[in-house]
Amino acid sequence: MEHAVHLRDAVTLLGRFPALAGVDLDVARGEVVLLRGPNGAGKTTLLRLCAGLAPVSSGTAEVLGVDLVARRAGVRRRVGLLGHATFLYEDLSVVENVDFWARASGADVADGRRALDRLQVATRLHHLSVHSLSAGQRRRVSFAAMLARRPELWLLDEPHAGLDANGRDIVDDLVREAASVGATVLFASHELDRAGDVADRTVEVVGGTVVAHDDGGRSPDEVAARA
Amino acid sequence: MHEALLVMKKDLRLEWRSKVGIGQVLPFSLLVVLLFAFALDPERGVLERVTSGLFWVVVLFSSVLTIERAFSVEANDGIFDALRLSGMAPAAIYAGKVAALTLQLLVVEAVLATAVAVFYDTTWRGPVLSIGVAVIATLGIAGAGAVYGAIAAKLRSGSTLLPLLLLPLLAPVLICATRGFEVALGREAGPGWPWAALLGIFSAVYLTLGALLFRPLLEDA
Repeated sequence: MEHAVHLRDAVTLLGRFPALAGVDLDVARGEVVLLRGPNGAGKTTLLRLCAGLAPVSSGTAEVLGVDLVARRAGVRRRVGLLGHATFLYEDLSVVENVDFWARASGADVADGRRALDRLQVATRLHHLSVHSLSAGQRRRVSFAAMLARRPELWLLDEPHAGLDANGRDIVDDLVREAASVGATVLFASHELDRAGDVADRTVEVVGGTVVAHDDGGRSPDEVAARA
Repeated sequence: MHEALLVMKKDLRLEWRSKVGIGQVLPFSLLVVLLFAFALDPERGVLERVTSGLFWVVVLFSSVLTIERAFSVEANDGIFDALRLSGMAPAAIYAGKVAALTLQLLVVEAVLATAVAVFYDTTWRGPVLSIGVAVIATLGIAGAGAVYGAIAAKLRSGSTLLPLLLLPLLAPVLICATRGFEVALGREAGPGWPWAALLGIFSAVYLTLGALLFRPLLEDA
């Protein structure tokens, strides 16, 4: 089974604090994995490490075949990260933001427009400045900007946060669609009922380490087959 | 080149939307020029002698405001992370930021030059030399400013720290540009282009170092 994420004893220091204190984790290509755990457990840092943003202080880390210890910048264009921050310019309009990030990532502007439609961002909002949008609409625009990149690995930090029921359904559908076409999804959520339905497997993170795996009773072959 | 143009256009669009340059930086610059005109009016000779220096001091103050604004927008909402994730070359991002800053500052300088001509009764006798000095000096200011703007943006007290970091570094630019302008204004005899050449050396050093330093700066942001 080919791994999208392969971490062994991975440590990330934020200053002198070990935000990740020796993580072992394998995620197969096409798999959807839920990260759960209490606040401050290291879920966000784990996602940032996989995005090539947080450094690997020790241990080994490979994401999409890229050695993050040697050249973590090499993976960045191939992943999509939806974090707590919007990654949007407040003074630019919705389409200006999505177009800019699509072009900056080497993607097609048309993909950005399709992503806005897919996230059901109303056309009347397209030319509004981001600072005029509600938190939920900003979240949808952020998701659209990420989607336009067509990432191979989706890293989602609380993807349902701030969204209404319709928005949450769209996110779940997008995750399923992404996995069905071969993308890998690693996401952190506290909404375990909803997230558990989407995920193939759950990984529990506590105190900067992975303490438990739950494959929902599926065998590795079944997981591979789903991938 | 494509990525640098993309960043430059985005920065100019952000300025056009926010109107910070037109609405705040430009009025501030004009106000300082005007205040000096009032303050030094009785001593008309003094005002004439210090016109070049005043012009460039005002340009430096305006630059600090413009640079602070250009990088504070990148520090908000995780934009530095998004820039890193985009995969754009840090040198291209730097080039785009420098180009946008240069264009914005040249507009400020053009308006200031007009204001100086009106309020200080100044005649620009060497327009080609003036424009040459202004463009080269502005490239140097933007080149150094983009580096220190990125440093300041990641610090909590960055906006107040920026002038303390930047102004000493730009002292050679201030001196060379002032001397070049003095020749252009006919206040000083002799050739002005050697000052422009010296400015070019400083600017080239700032731009080269900036392009090299921007990658580690972006990584630490």
